[in-house]
Amino acid sequence: MEIKHLPTTKDMRPEEFKDNDYLLRMAEELNREGAGVVLGLADKLINWGRSNSVWSLALGTSCCAIEFMALGAARYDMARFGFEVTRNSPRQADLLMVLGTINYRMAPVLKRLYDQMAEPKYVVAVGGCTISGGPFRKSYCVVDGIDKIVPVDVYIPGCPPRPEAFFYGMMQLQRKIKMERFLGHRDRNEVPQGMERKEEKA
Amino acid sequence: MMTTEEKIKEWCPQAETETAGETVVRVPADKLEDVCRRLHDDADEPMDYMRDLVGVDQGDGRYSVYYQLESTRTHGRVMLCSDAATGEEGPLLPSVCQVWKTAEIKEREAYDFFGIRFTGHPDMRRLFLREDWKGYPLRKDYDMDSNPLNMENEVNADVTEEFRLLPDGTLERRENVVFNPDDFVVNIGPQHPSTHGALRMRTSLEGETVKHIDPVLGYIHRGIEKLSESLTYPQTLAFTDRLDYLSAHQNRHALCMCIERAAGIEVTDRVQYIRTIMDELQRIASHLLFYSCLVMDMGALTPFFYGFREREMILDIFEETTGGRLIQNYNMIGGVQADIHPTFVQKVKEFTKHMREIIHEYHDIFTGSVIARNRLKQMGLLSREDAISLGATGGTGRASGWANDVRKHHPYGLYDKVDFKEIVYTHGDSWDRYMVRMDEILESCAIIDQLIDNIPAGDFRVKVKPILKLPEGVFTASVESSRGEFGVFLVSRGDKSPYRLHFRSTGLPLVHAMDTVCRGNKIADLIAIGGTLDFVIPDIDR
Amino acid sequence: MEQSFLDYYSLEPLTRWIHDALCGVMSEDWAVFLESLVIGVAILLAYAVLAVVLIYMERRVCGAFQCRIGPNRVGGKGGLLQVPADVLKILTKEIIRLKNSDHVLYELAPYLVILASVLSFSCLPWNKGMAVIDLEVGVFFVLAASSIGILGILLAGWSSNSKYTAIGAVRSGAMLVSYELSLGICVLTVVILSGTMSISGIVESQADGWNIFKGHIVTLIAFVVYLISGNAEANRGPFDLAEAEQELTAGYHTEYSGMHFGFFYLAEYLNLFITSGIATTLFLGGWMPLHVAGLDGFNAVMDYIPGIVWFLGKTFFVVFLLMWIRWTYPRLRIDQVLNLEWKYLMPLSLLLMLVMAVLKTCGLVF
Repeated sequence: MEIKHLPTTKDMRPEEFKDNDYLLRMAEELNREGAGVVLGLADKLINWGRSNSVWSLALGTSCCAIEFMALGAARYDMARFGFEVTRNSPRQADLLMVLGTINYRMAPVLKRLYDQMAEPKYVVAVGGCTISGGPFRKSYCVVDGIDKIVPVDVYIPGCPPRPEAFFYGMMQLQRKIKMERFLGHRDRNEVPQGMERKEEKA
Repeated sequence: MMTTEEKIKEWCPQAETETAGETVVRVPADKLEDVCRRLHDDADEPMDYMRDLVGVDQGDGRYSVYYQLESTRTHGRVMLCSDAATGEEGPLLPSVCQVWKTAEIKEREAYDFFGIRFTGHPDMRRLFLREDWKGYPLRKDYDMDSNPLNMENEVNADVTEEFRLLPDGTLERRENVVFNPDDFVVNIGPQHPSTHGALRMRTSLEGETVKHIDPVLGYIHRGIEKLSESLTYPQTLAFTDRLDYLSAHQNRHALCMCIERAAGIEVTDRVQYIRTIMDELQRIASHLLFYSCLVMDMGALTPFFYGFREREMILDIFEETTGGRLIQNYNMIGGVQADIHPTFVQKVKEFTKHMREIIHEYHDIFTGSVIARNRLKQMGLLSREDAISLGATGGTGRASGWANDVRKHHPYGLYDKVDFKEIVYTHGDSWDRYMVRMDEILESCAIIDQLIDNIPAGDFRVKVKPILKLPEGVFTASVESSRGEFGVFLVSRGDKSPYRLHFRSTGLPLVHAMDTVCRGNKIADLIAIGGTLDFVIPDIDR
Repeated sequence: MEQSFLDYYSLEPLTRWIHDALCGVMSEDWAVFLESLVIGVAILLAYAVLAVVLIYMERRVCGAFQCRIGPNRVGGKGGLLQVPADVLKILTKEIIRLKNSDHVLYELAPYLVILASVLSFSCLPWNKGMAVIDLEVGVFFVLAASSIGILGILLAGWSSNSKYTAIGAVRSGAMLVSYELSLGICVLTVVILSGTMSISGIVESQADGWNIFKGHIVTLIAFVVYLISGNAEANRGPFDLAEAEQELTAGYHTEYSGMHFGFFYLAEYLNLFITSGIATTLFLGGWMPLHVAGLDGFNAVMDYIPGIVWFLGKTFFVVFLLMWIRWTYPRLRIDQVLNLEWKYLMPLSLLLMLVMAVLKTCGLVF
């Protein structure tokens, strides 16, 4: 017996979030072969746990880090969603929050932090600077987009993003985690067919 | 009594005075050290505080360094300039780090950006850029693509270079040791919960006791000064908010003031009121964050939330008027971006009232705690002399008994019209640094209360051409930002964009002071002292 | 005093009946083996469940202290499933094996910590007849067992081959070994008062009044000293120097990931519970109900509340006290911590023990 609806987007109400073709395609791709009931349910359970317990490592280099602190403070209180714990050791964190400009001196450090994290690990790029270099794009020592260094799961644009934008991004990450398969054949790092990134011009 | 310029002329007859913009006294390189020493030791007006040291590439192969000096006794200011001697070894200048300690780190910055070597400086390493960086980025002929992204881990040398000029004109190279091979060196940062950003301190420990701290900066160096050179004046404003994001208004105020002064633009009274109130609100917000971060660094997690609770109220006020929470982009050349929100006055009044009533909670939970007192009192002593020599302005300097408030001594905005106390403590320990900021919150409330009811009617902005051309010359402006003196140094060549734009970082001298302040204390105190010094790293690295 | 009400909830007849029934169908060795197995599983289950409860409690409590809501999205309104989600996550997280670590010790350390914690956990007297390990020298055993945890922490810090962990481990070694002293002496004070080292004996001796009331002011001070040093033993703020998140990123367990880290995390919370549980046993009468002399009606009502409720209630009260302390005070510095112990707490607890011994020999206690 197999269940075909794994992972589902039903409980995520796609109308709540737009422009998620990527997630929908990913779900479709993962669904194609279906999964056994036991494995499927176990997968669901694990994904539920993982998506609701995202412990972040805040790599705060500049302004966005202060907004991240505001996010943890009483008014916005990210603890409500299961992002409560921020671990300062990369070994214990699930999520690398890159908050602020990454320059050439910091880039190897960022890569190293990413490498030090334990799987499953996710990266959220917060703010214009991490996404594209922002206003400093033309500088002689600013990395124009951290996706050149580490794979990024969610981008949260803004300079700095408002706390609400943070939440949207973090919840988007939760949705993405719910799409994953842990007990399947597929490796998370393997790119599904038809989903390869377009080769960037060298 | 002779003016300082006349004195310099007397000591060094070759000195010339330039008066395009600010008055600059040009001193030849070989006389520089002597003039500086005499200025520093002068009996009437000792120039014992070096505000800043700025390198400039003059374009024709000449490299100049501008020295901005101030007397802590009379608060008189003078600016020296010296051209580096060029030779086969690149531009050379005598170091003045024996006169002012702060020159140690600022000369490193000039070396990093322009390749000017300072003879007699014990530590000629790069400051902001990778140690394997090629070229000097702020030189006008620097190729922007010459240093591609290098993902190799950086190796930091444990020795530094020192250059000495021998009498025969050749350079002698010596090595100074930063860390011995058997030192227990701990890397604090660049990714560390309490370095307040991407600061890295290589710290050698003896047990738990700090032996030596070598700050490694530049993990958030974005080249703002270089970028500014290719932007028009209104465009350069955007960067100031992103320097020290907790003093966003004040930073931008400084640059606007500098440009307005150079272009001869008069802003209306209304703008002055709005700017001053905004500056003070920003200062309160910053000090609340200081409180939050300090208590968190010391392991008390609950008071952290107190600071953020009140800070959110200020952010609400900001947001209504400016549209931004943290970075507001509010000040413009000739005024502010938008008029204040209709509820602004009422909300600000409510806030200052609320702040006065609630601040006792802060003191109840943290200030009154025995552990907090024991952790902060007599810890991290910074003497007045050291504070001045290191250029540690702001609350840090005032905690050491150095009255250095720019608002008081070089008033701008409306600070000459309001009545406020300059908070000065005398012990120079962490506790005083903490108390200065807590008291300043109330003092800022007092300033706001004096202004908020009297905001005059008028334009919130005067019309300014979008492409502004400033007259040739050197222009400066300085404000008291949340954590010290923030200065702008602008060299204009009559173009629509600055020839050289330099910001005096408030945090750079503070980080430099870490070694002096922390030596002999425990590693836990290092974190607490870092918290009380209250630096913001993006402002240091620029 | 009348003791029959205590037997009402006593589990001893039940366990005896089970044992007899099992002996009827198999040899006694097998029966004991089977019982041990069941009890072992039960202890581990209780351990895990309590950890989840404690972590949840900590989050709610600190949320309340910090004027915020705390977890409320995961699993319904109160965020009840937040901690199970964390557990699921951490169970499926990769365990990193460091190349340059001392592999054996590195892998061993978390198990040592959890072992120490489970061992001392088993000694708690839940109810009459529900003490799992009830040795003649029970108190001594708890102290000995909990000391294994220090070894685990030291090994974790040392074997990780990182400077942060090493500093954390050395700190915790210095601190825990010191605080063990005043902790032990405070326990001895109670032992002198009760005249026994057996945990159930100590609880029984409090039937006519909790130790905290019996020993005049002495046990009250001893209780406070015990709480302070117990807090330090449990590595919790303001004594969380070994972790010192703001100084050493995560202290001795910086390099541990996945469930290895989970063990440290669990042990931290359970040690909090154990510290509180022992405090309850020694000072607050264990599972003994509250009796006020002269109020017979009140006492009778109190008797109807089962012992396990009393025990858990008192323990969680102490847990709350410790959480209150943790979320209020800034962290101490290592030299201040050691000063506090060696200059104040140790002499004070020695004095307390001396006074208690004098009181006891002169028969001046209640």
